[in-house]
Amino acid sequence: MLLAKVSSTATLAAVAAASLAIAYVSSLGAPSLSHAGGTEAAPTAKPAEAKLQVPIVYAREIRDVPLPLSLLDLPPPDDGIAGGKLAISDNNTTGKFLNQEFTLDTVESGTVDGLIADVSAKVGAGAKFVVVDASPDTLLKLADALKDKDAMLFNAAAPDDRLREDQCRANVMHTAPTRSMLTDALGQYLVWKKWTKWFLVSGTRPEDKAYADELRRTAKRFGATIVEERVFQYDPGSRRTDGGFEQSQQQIPTFTQGAKPHDVVMVADEGELFGEYLPFRTWDPRPVAGTAGLVALPWHAALELWGGTQFQNRFKRMNNRLMRPLDYNVWLAVRAVGEAASRKRTGDHKELVTFMRSKEFELAAFKGIKTTFREWNGQLRQPLLVTTAKLLVSVSPQPQFLHQFSELDTLGYDRPETKCKAYLAK
Amino acid sequence: MQRVSTLLMSLLTTSFMVGAATQAQAYRVFVSNEKENTITVIDSEKLEVIKTIKVGQRPRGIMLTRDGKRLLVCASDDHTIQVFNAETYEYIRNLPSGSDPELLALHPSGNPVYVANEDDNLVTVVDMEKGVVITEIPVGVEPEGMGISPDGKVLVNTSETTNMAHFIDTATMKTFDNVLVDNRPRVAEFSADGKQLWVSAEIGGTVTVIDPATRKIVSKITFEIQGVTKDAIQPVGVRMTKDGKTAFVALGPANRVAVIDMATFKVEKYLLVGQRVWQLALTPDDKMLFTTNGTSNDVSAIDVPSLKVVKSIKTGRYPWGVVVSPN
Repeated sequence: MLLAKVSSTATLAAVAAASLAIAYVSSLGAPSLSHAGGTEAAPTAKPAEAKLQVPIVYAREIRDVPLPLSLLDLPPPDDGIAGGKLAISDNNTTGKFLNQEFTLDTVESGTVDGLIADVSAKVGAGAKFVVVDASPDTLLKLADALKDKDAMLFNAAAPDDRLREDQCRANVMHTAPTRSMLTDALGQYLVWKKWTKWFLVSGTRPEDKAYADELRRTAKRFGATIVEERVFQYDPGSRRTDGGFEQSQQQIPTFTQGAKPHDVVMVADEGELFGEYLPFRTWDPRPVAGTAGLVALPWHAALELWGGTQFQNRFKRMNNRLMRPLDYNVWLAVRAVGEAASRKRTGDHKELVTFMRSKEFELAAFKGIKTTFREWNGQLRQPLLVTTAKLLVSVSPQPQFLHQFSELDTLGYDRPETKCKAYLAK
Repeated sequence: MQRVSTLLMSLLTTSFMVGAATQAQAYRVFVSNEKENTITVIDSEKLEVIKTIKVGQRPRGIMLTRDGKRLLVCASDDHTIQVFNAETYEYIRNLPSGSDPELLALHPSGNPVYVANEDDNLVTVVDMEKGVVITEIPVGVEPEGMGISPDGKVLVNTSETTNMAHFIDTATMKTFDNVLVDNRPRVAEFSADGKQLWVSAEIGGTVTVIDPATRKIVSKITFEIQGVTKDAIQPVGVRMTKDGKTAFVALGPANRVAVIDMATFKVEKYLLVGQRVWQLALTPDDKMLFTTNGTSNDVSAIDVPSLKVVKSIKTGRYPWGVVVSPN
């Protein structure tokens, strides 16, 4: 019935070809593939070819960190892992057409030695790709412990620039954006908005100081001025009490009183321990940006651009919650391995790593343009979102910030500035 | 004015063209407005909006039945296909579509209709007359583009995150081959003679031309536009003239339509249109091409013989899909 009406006169060859093709129809379970480099013309499915197994390890350091202020921001137990699971599922949907199967094995430990021992065992058993959610120092120790093994680590959590610069490791690639990329993404937008006078309020934790350092660098780079700096001395204590607003309502206005004229209050509080107290409480009526208020992120649960809706829906169906930035960073790492394996038709560690670091590699990651790895330090370059808690405000790089090679390299330390030596030597 | 003179030229030069030109009654161009939940109907001669139809949530892919009497609209966020009377514009009924229908293809016989379910990794086959789902075909992640061979024997679906063109035998309703293409394939389109299959890759920035008989890649077309960054060149919509000579590729945020010689696969010209151009549709006489320009809320009308953009026509917000009536 369906094939009865062949009306076109110019399709004889095509009809013959299609009939030929149908004669070779294979079921979905054993599909075949022809690709750019392929020489096989007819879809002759090779029977009983062994399935290519690509095991990936997710290594998480359990660390004692104070919880963020808002109940909305409490990390779920599977933060990160959920993104890895989705990427495995996406890889396997593709893999079923290519006879490839990806698995994710989770390793968790509260001690550095424990994590190293567990990951080493997995690597020894054949898992050559390790996605890491750990503090920067643990990541470095893990990388050094594995440096003579055929294993590639993906840093999905630590934004520290030093891991990509003077302390970069040849066996680590990074899907988490750096602090400098995040502050540059935000800074470009604020400069575009002509809000160039910044009042910087920093916390006392080392990561707050690091974030403040990158904000200063961003200001210098893009022509903003930090007109005043204050340090917010604060002992987080318990995040929840019956009450709290009575005191912060009194404290924040006086803390921010008398600052030099500024367009925006920039807050450096990565742990989200006090920054959320600032919006709508500052002495002068000014917007808040940085780690609270308007923030730069690799992912946002409300992003629906560039096919993001389907991606968010898939995640929600699988994990019963919204996707967080760490989930996205892990998804990127696992998908990068999957994308490389589907292009190269291999699970070979060396071949895949060489390909992922090459100019030919590109990963579509719901950001409107392709994402790629910087060849000088293994950092994923990607557009970053400038958002409020609820909705996207903009996407950086801003169109006015130009670059001779890739506009994405206007975010973070660029090749001429890099201090990474281990990578280029490789 | 340009268009009038072109038509006159045709009249004077070839008798064949006279026939075509005198027949060239106004076609109607249907444009789905993704953010506005409407369809804009445009007169292809006057290049004016003649009607706006209210439809379901997030209309994207749209299609007309072979006789031009029914308009099918993928109401993606309502998870249904709405059927409208294409002449009176009255709503008739819903067709089952599976989750999040995005693009459609119709078998040349007029039935069934094939639906890409972007959210479900499926192609749903729907019997239009009975209004029932015949089967579901598993494909890659985020199925989108749908192309059917002129003889109706082969359906090609592209999956945006799997990066493949899936070849489906319409008799067995199973995939029989899968061809890897560049990142985020959006549209698959057969040439009128069925000998070429063009697949656009939005993030990859390329168009892959595949020989449907062998599933071998014949050519990979790349684009270069002075003053436009490479990342902004994002091929989506593909249309080819019936004479097999000229292909048009919409280049998304590059705001251009590429004109390509189908024999050499060389880009001959870039036509400047509205912003974020995605989908394309030719009139049945191949004289006019319409483009949906998502972020500038308009449609560009291109005169095909002269390769000139003759007018931009305001639509609803975020125009997405476009289809032209057969008569």
